[in-house]
Amino acid sequence: MDFSSINPILLLASLMVAATPIILAAAGELIVERAGVLNLGVEGMMITGAITGFIATVTTGSPWIGFAAAAVGGAGLSLLFGFLTQFLLSNQVATGLALTLFGLGLSALLGQGYNGIKAPEFPKIDIPVISDIPVLGPILFSHDPMVYVGLGLIAGIWYFLKYSRAGLVLRAVGENHEAAHALGYHVIRIRILAIMFGGACAGLGGAYISLVRVPQWTDGMTAGAGWIALAIVVFASWRPWRLLIGAYLFGGVTVLQLNLQAAGIAIPVEYLAMSPYIATILVLVLMSAGRAPGSLGKIFHASR
Amino acid sequence: MTDTLLELRGLTKAYPGVVANSDVSFTIGMGEVHALMGENGAGKSTLVKTIYGLVRPDTGSMMLNGAVYEPSEPRAARASGVAMVFQHFSLFDALNVAENIALGMENPPAMGDLAARIREVSDQYGLPLDPDRIVGDLSAGERQRVEIIRCLLQDPKLLIMDEPTSVLTPQEVEILFKTLNILRAEGTSILYISHKLEEIRTLCEHATILRHGKVVGNCDPRQTSARDMAEMMVGASLHVPEKAPHEAGEVVLSIRGLSAPAPHQFGTALKNISVDVREGEVLGIGGVAGNGQDELVAALSGEMKTAAGMVVIDGREIGRLGPNERRAAGLCAAPEERNGHAAAPDMSLTENALMTGAVRKNLVKNGLLDWPAAKAFAEEVIKAFDVRTPGPANAARSLSGGNLQKFVIGREIMQKPRVLVINQPTWGVDAAAAASIRQAILDLAVSGTAVVCISQDLDELREISDRFAALNEGKLTPPRRAKGLTIDEIGLMLGGAHDMEVAHVDA
Repeated sequence: MDFSSINPILLLASLMVAATPIILAAAGELIVERAGVLNLGVEGMMITGAITGFIATVTTGSPWIGFAAAAVGGAGLSLLFGFLTQFLLSNQVATGLALTLFGLGLSALLGQGYNGIKAPEFPKIDIPVISDIPVLGPILFSHDPMVYVGLGLIAGIWYFLKYSRAGLVLRAVGENHEAAHALGYHVIRIRILAIMFGGACAGLGGAYISLVRVPQWTDGMTAGAGWIALAIVVFASWRPWRLLIGAYLFGGVTVLQLNLQAAGIAIPVEYLAMSPYIATILVLVLMSAGRAPGSLGKIFHASR
Repeated sequence: MTDTLLELRGLTKAYPGVVANSDVSFTIGMGEVHALMGENGAGKSTLVKTIYGLVRPDTGSMMLNGAVYEPSEPRAARASGVAMVFQHFSLFDALNVAENIALGMENPPAMGDLAARIREVSDQYGLPLDPDRIVGDLSAGERQRVEIIRCLLQDPKLLIMDEPTSVLTPQEVEILFKTLNILRAEGTSILYISHKLEEIRTLCEHATILRHGKVVGNCDPRQTSARDMAEMMVGASLHVPEKAPHEAGEVVLSIRGLSAPAPHQFGTALKNISVDVREGEVLGIGGVAGNGQDELVAALSGEMKTAAGMVVIDGREIGRLGPNERRAAGLCAAPEERNGHAAAPDMSLTENALMTGAVRKNLVKNGLLDWPAAKAFAEEVIKAFDVRTPGPANAARSLSGGNLQKFVIGREIMQKPRVLVINQPTWGVDAAAAASIRQAILDLAVSGTAVVCISQDLDELREISDRFAALNEGKLTPPRRAKGLTIDEIGLMLGGAHDMEVAHVDA
């Protein structure tokens, strides 16, 4: 056992990277659920984003185009969910599960011929001056741009929900869709937009895995990140900053247990591998006090 | 009455299988309080939704202030000066008062300014309201104030009120009427929907009566008797329930120091409720919604268990027993919400009859369902209570509100319980069906059953109760003889007006 091989600065820096795909996907799902829709297809939208982003990056050589393609891919798949649940009034739980299975299959099909290729590198940006600060510099200010996009997204969603008119309408639709309809808000239109936003964010999260974290394509490579994102949204009581804490906690314990494994600690690997899930759920359960949006998962039909 | 504000010409709206409005025409003058009356299903809701832009008429037109008025959505209606207070409040429990009000406005000011405006307007019209409170914590009367102030902030020319008093105490009704009179004096027209005739007679100067989607009459309510108006609404003469004289017998149901915590966040805790109910007696329990009615029914029916000695039937402690064991002991219950609580909407009437009747009617033999007996029981209920349905195989959902209510109440009454607990027996039921349900309850009491009837309809309670008690924030007042109790006394028992004050502007 050799703990000296664990570098705390590197550990914290890689925590931010490990948490980013979950932050992106969970931020999108938070908006979807605040609008009253339960989309369990996050995993499917993530992996679809992972492969569309990967293909676009390999084809064009630009990771930026790749991320854009991932957002479009995720949003496109989410539209399928939106159409089924909002217009055909299908059950959201069943449709979401089907979306995950469909996304996993679709991505494997699209990804044939892309296995084993390495994606062009997505350069880190060293923010001038502040990235040279000892300790803090490498931890906080020396990452690729998507890490900051994720943080910006959380801040933006918080501001949007708390201060903007559109955010208030979105919360109203999620809280009581009958009342929102009676006041003349377009429940289905708002929900479709929220679902697409959620799909785009999940796509970005998936592409972050295939383009930055790994970075290459393997079938099923999101490996449950979408499910963790879903769980974090619930345990964070549908609040953006708590969601960030949950994602960092999960990312942190993931990175730590990998380091501990590498250091050869005498705990069976299986326990280490389950530790991030247990730690995240435990902490968020202890913190959680919120209440789900009133209309979450309910089918809306303007017939009354 | 001066000039015409809104004119409806030949409005017709048909839905598959039913004509909701057929050639409806009338006018509302400026500063007029106009009543729209009719039974459930007479087409009142469709008509006001048309005026508010939620429904588009098939034919016909509307004129507002002499110009063609065709609102495509509620926003357009609000922009034209039409505002509406909904029957089932269109409020968001998890949001605060200011946010709720902002959602109903076209161009709300910044939250800080809005809060100040809310305080100002609520003060002006005598409807005090704190903009920062979460709506889920408010009483029904306070929630209605939120809706009204939301409308008033937009200076409406026409205010539509759909059954506004159904959840208010008499004192709160009085204050609401004062507010409405101020509005009328300021020149605002009010379209007032109700089937409470006395209210219409005190408030309104013109009434239009709808039946089966058609205008069947116009009158000046101040000059017309309540009975005449009721008969215009129903289209037949009304039967008033009567109770055969009889003596109350021994105590059947004893509630002793019943206390229970609130079952959920917006629920009410029950606080030390004690009362006895005798054979042949109807105990009426009044109270504004959300003061513990649902919790009391749950504690009596067995959905919510309590300490054993808190609920006693014929000397037997049943507080810890579940609903089926209580049915075996002789206690049947019919909760308020018929779709989803009293009945399973997508199951047939036979299945619904089986669900509560299994124990007392022996519909289960050796662990297997006795379908022929269940069907016979359902048919018996349908026949005895004149439930209009093609047969017991129909889903509960397919019945109209009144018919399903007759079935649900009938199902319990036909089991000949020792104690019957009912919540809101005639809520949303038309006058003819309500009269027959009340008569059935009285007949059951005469046969020796102890009845606990919880209702928000005070006229109903005065009609059928022997003794009256009120629920207020989970506490029950001592019961008083119902005979001779005035509406003012009842109002005080209900807790009076919850921090309401009379408007202090003279406009």
